Amino acid sequence: MADREALLAAVLRVADDHLILGHRLSEWCGHAPMLEEDLALPNIALDLLGQARALYTYAGKVEGKGRDEDAFAYLRREREYHNLLMVERPNGDFAHTMLKQLYFSAFMQLWWDASCDSQDETIAGIAAKAVKESAYHVRHSAEWIIRLGDGTEESTARMGDAIMDLAPYTGEMFAADDVWARLSPATLPDPASLRADWTTRIAGIFAEATLEMPAEGATITGGRDGRHGEEMGFLLAQLQYMQRTYPGATW
Amino acid sequence: MSAASRPVSLDQQRAWAAAAAVLDPEVPAVTVEDLGILRSVELVDGIAVAEVTPTYSGCPAVLAIELAIEAALRDAGFDARIERVIAPPWTTDWITPQGREKLRAYGIAPPVKTSGKGALFADPVVACPQCGSEDTERVSEFGSTACKALWRCRSCAEPFDYFKCI
Repeated sequence: MADREALLAAVLRVADDHLILGHRLSEWCGHAPMLEEDLALPNIALDLLGQARALYTYAGKVEGKGRDEDAFAYLRREREYHNLLMVERPNGDFAHTMLKQLYFSAFMQLWWDASCDSQDETIAGIAAKAVKESAYHVRHSAEWIIRLGDGTEESTARMGDAIMDLAPYTGEMFAADDVWARLSPATLPDPASLRADWTTRIAGIFAEATLEMPAEGATITGGRDGRHGEEMGFLLAQLQYMQRTYPGATW
Repeated sequence: MSAASRPVSLDQQRAWAAAAAVLDPEVPAVTVEDLGILRSVELVDGIAVAEVTPTYSGCPAVLAIELAIEAALRDAGFDARIERVIAPPWTTDWITPQGREKLRAYGIAPPVKTSGKGALFADPVVACPQCGSEDTERVSEFGSTACKALWRCRSCAEPFDYFKCI
């Protein structure tokens, strides 16, 4: 795999993570448990979508075949999306959604932080903004994890269920493969190198939330190769509906 | 003569003035110049080229702002083109002193300059834009737009928007 192909693949992976998680979060709009959260969750979804757009636009430049952000977001097939399985998982209850947000945003905060020094000027520019936004995302979800984990019997039980449900999906964030191996850390950070810091961070928040870290178990992977769960097809059907039904529609 | 030392033409000054006066659609108290998102306006082969930088990644007003700047340049008699610039990234530190005052007068607390990755669980001290009291508290990290958080003053009991620091 040429370096440029690896760069394109990696940028699309991260862009897909943000697009799909942003879409999942947007499903909360109008359904959140309180007004402040009904504002917060779509706001975070907007941040994720904005980060995805910047990355897709850059992917179009790296690829050099004239594809723009819309072509990547709306006009690919399921197997061509390379997002983490975790981000496509259905929302579940609020505890489940918040834990997924914490896992992902704590990971991205580390990744963006390391990307700020990238020799790739565009990546460094996107990262410098995104790292500050992700700090707000981490704080928001961490506060909820602590509140729910150290809350009532019901909220603690729901946090416990969420931890069990998501445990098999966190490993994929740090999985090493040909794409990451091909890239110099001076261009994009290798996710595997962030695992220790991420685990320390999550453990600190769990301790404050009086929650137990899950035992190391089996990891489910496949998203990075375009192999998705059955929910992904339904998600894409909704996400792509307008552009598939009315190609090129604008308003 | 190098580009840097070439005197700025009257036309270029006029183009800058036209673009700089455009108001932010979501916070119409401040201009794109006050916010520091209008980077430059250059005349290139007779076309006014404005460099604009987005604020927050997900700001939905980016396109509206770009179109408004383009329209303002055309109204001033220029052919116009907008270029979106990402690096170096915009920060709230680029809001001018005048812009910060306009925000405060409009009822939005300007960003407190404590941006740092370490201060995750520490809230900044934000003065109430209504009564000036520093006895305030955060209600929600995310407010009516991507750039604002929702705060409340314990002294005068008024809720207010806080322009988040990034």
